[in-house]
Amino acid sequence: MRFPQSSSPTSRRSLLLGTAAAGALFAAGCTSNENNDSDENSKQAANTANDKPGKAVTIGFAGPQADHGWLNAINEQAKRRAKEYKDVTLEITEGSNDTAQQIGQIETLINKKVDVLVILPADGKALTQVGLKAMRAGIPVVNLDRVFASPQAYRCWIGGDNYGMGFNAGQYIGEQLKGKKNAKVIELAGIDNLELTRQRTEGFNDALKNYPNIKKVGRQSAEFTVESGQSKMAQLLQAHSDFDALWNHDDDQGVGAERAIKQAGRDDFLMVGGAGAKHAMDAIKAGNTVLKATVLYPPTMAASAIDLARALGQGKGVGGLAELEIPASLTLYSAVVTKDNVDEYLPTGFS
Amino acid sequence: MNSPGSRPASSPPADPAPVPGAGATLTAGPVGKPPAGRTGTDPLSRLRRLADLRNLSLVGVLAVLIAVGGFTKPDEFLSTDNLQLVLTQASVIGVVTVGMTFVIISGGIDLSVGAMVALASVWATTLATQDYGLGGILLCAVLVGLGCGLVNGVLIAYGGMVPFIATLAMLASARGLAVQISDGRTQVVTVDPVLDLGLPDSYVLGIPPLVIIFAAVTVLGWLVLNRTTFGRRTVAIGGNAEAARLAGIDVKRQRLTLYLLSGLCCGVAAFMLVVLTGSGQSTNGNLYELDAIAAAIIGGTLLSGGRGTITGSVLGVLVFTTITNLFALNNLQSDVQQIAKGAIIVAAVLVQKGRSTP
Repeated sequence: MRFPQSSSPTSRRSLLLGTAAAGALFAAGCTSNENNDSDENSKQAANTANDKPGKAVTIGFAGPQADHGWLNAINEQAKRRAKEYKDVTLEITEGSNDTAQQIGQIETLINKKVDVLVILPADGKALTQVGLKAMRAGIPVVNLDRVFASPQAYRCWIGGDNYGMGFNAGQYIGEQLKGKKNAKVIELAGIDNLELTRQRTEGFNDALKNYPNIKKVGRQSAEFTVESGQSKMAQLLQAHSDFDALWNHDDDQGVGAERAIKQAGRDDFLMVGGAGAKHAMDAIKAGNTVLKATVLYPPTMAASAIDLARALGQGKGVGGLAELEIPASLTLYSAVVTKDNVDEYLPTGFS
Repeated sequence: MNSPGSRPASSPPADPAPVPGAGATLTAGPVGKPPAGRTGTDPLSRLRRLADLRNLSLVGVLAVLIAVGGFTKPDEFLSTDNLQLVLTQASVIGVVTVGMTFVIISGGIDLSVGAMVALASVWATTLATQDYGLGGILLCAVLVGLGCGLVNGVLIAYGGMVPFIATLAMLASARGLAVQISDGRTQVVTVDPVLDLGLPDSYVLGIPPLVIIFAAVTVLGWLVLNRTTFGRRTVAIGGNAEAARLAGIDVKRQRLTLYLLSGLCCGVAAFMLVVLTGSGQSTNGNLYELDAIAAAIIGGTLLSGGRGTITGSVLGVLVFTTITNLFALNNLQSDVQQIAKGAIIVAAVLVQKGRSTP
């Protein structure tokens, strides 16, 4: 039995290149413009941190179970970037959504005396203690995305901007509906007990305040899964026979949401997605569905985290920055991908 | 593979019967602790069964919910679109619940239904199976379901494992395998005949195909439980397995078949979910085990086995689906829905308890 292969070799290669390009944007935060004359400019830019082989570094990586497109992309990005460095060894633990199990896995990495830890906690607050433990053991922690409760628990945080994601989605919808009186929007949120969902909704609400002609008339939370996306969206469509725009927090549950929209035969509104999955970008590019934009939450942050961890392990700063040390925190930008700029972002789309 | 209905019909007297004439005894009357009103075919007991108070109270709950829906959202709730939606959403978990009801009546439990749905849906949507079109996807889903059911059944019936543990192990490993096979990705289906099944164009007289499958499984399940030796044996081993064994029932084989049946239902449900969502994902069927058990319990099935009805379970599913729909239409969040669900389970069980203790 053949196992699924959702991307062809060519698209994998382009994804790799795209990763490098995006890495340049996100990891360094600011890159030197003088690299542009090189053929391999994206590759060089990706390695701005310090691309020459240096001291060997062992990086421990612990993340949640990759049962979701975005989390899967996170793991892929980390592995791929680590492979690019000859001086980096990646010790990767099996992903788990169980707090106790993840703590155990991180403790194993601490005992193995890895040089640097990259941790994407299933639940940031619950894993703070083990972050502290690592830091006290002299292992610097790069906290990826879901933030620990105490800044003492990590040396550097890199992650997405959930508030900004909601805000940019709201601003985009606001601009699209600017001339419309009494416009109505609805929101298909993610998992409600995650901090990130609250932040996304807060940003979205704040953006809508800038557009008094728009009113949010409905909101349901799904569970980041295709099944819940289909089910919750189908209900929302029943509840609201007419609205102008929909913001869906997550492209994975968006697969289900788009299916429900198709099943209901509706096309009288515009939809904005979230995260930046490849299927969403393909649909935006084709322009034949209600999906007109998606707000990025780039999984490339995992590749950047490996860059930062390596710089930490080698005691260097990030290339292109004047600092001698890597920054304490880096927040990625949640760009809005539309038909106009989709080609630029398509290589970063994950499947 | 035989349909659930055809197998028992051909088997009654052929069973290895240590007691001569045991097969005949079985068809004539149940063994162990027979539930009241289930014995014969005389009109009175049939009437009593149809008017089962437990189901009536669920019909009442459903009527109240419909009234609330009609009152709060008259235009949306009672529309054809919405009725189609409620029934469609009930259909996937409904099919799972029918299988679960059999297992619980026999005194067992199947905690792996959600994971089996996930694995079957993921496996059925790999590119390899998509090459074979609708038939390939359906066959793969059903075979994976049956395969998992077989493992459960063998472990429990012949390995002597407690159903709770055996199916718990299946829950963990099937879900893990689903993540592995899908590589953590959402597998989008591109086979048009499968996708078309979920779209309004394919509705038969306004009824979505998924609802037709659900109805067919319900009717088959009802017939098998109430009109076949297989059904009577299921009730018998749930009431008292030892007495059933002494009466000549091959308890082990019966148990094995029941878990196969549950796996089969999960395979069918997985196919339905693929049609519904147009994709396979390892998170599919999340918490189905709890939903199916809850629906069966409020439908009057005894968790200890020996008693239960298919109609009760299906009504239980409809109550839960209607609540979800009602709350979504009124823009209430899922936390409120969960609280209501919990309250209904408690209320239903209290009502049953109150009735069974004199």
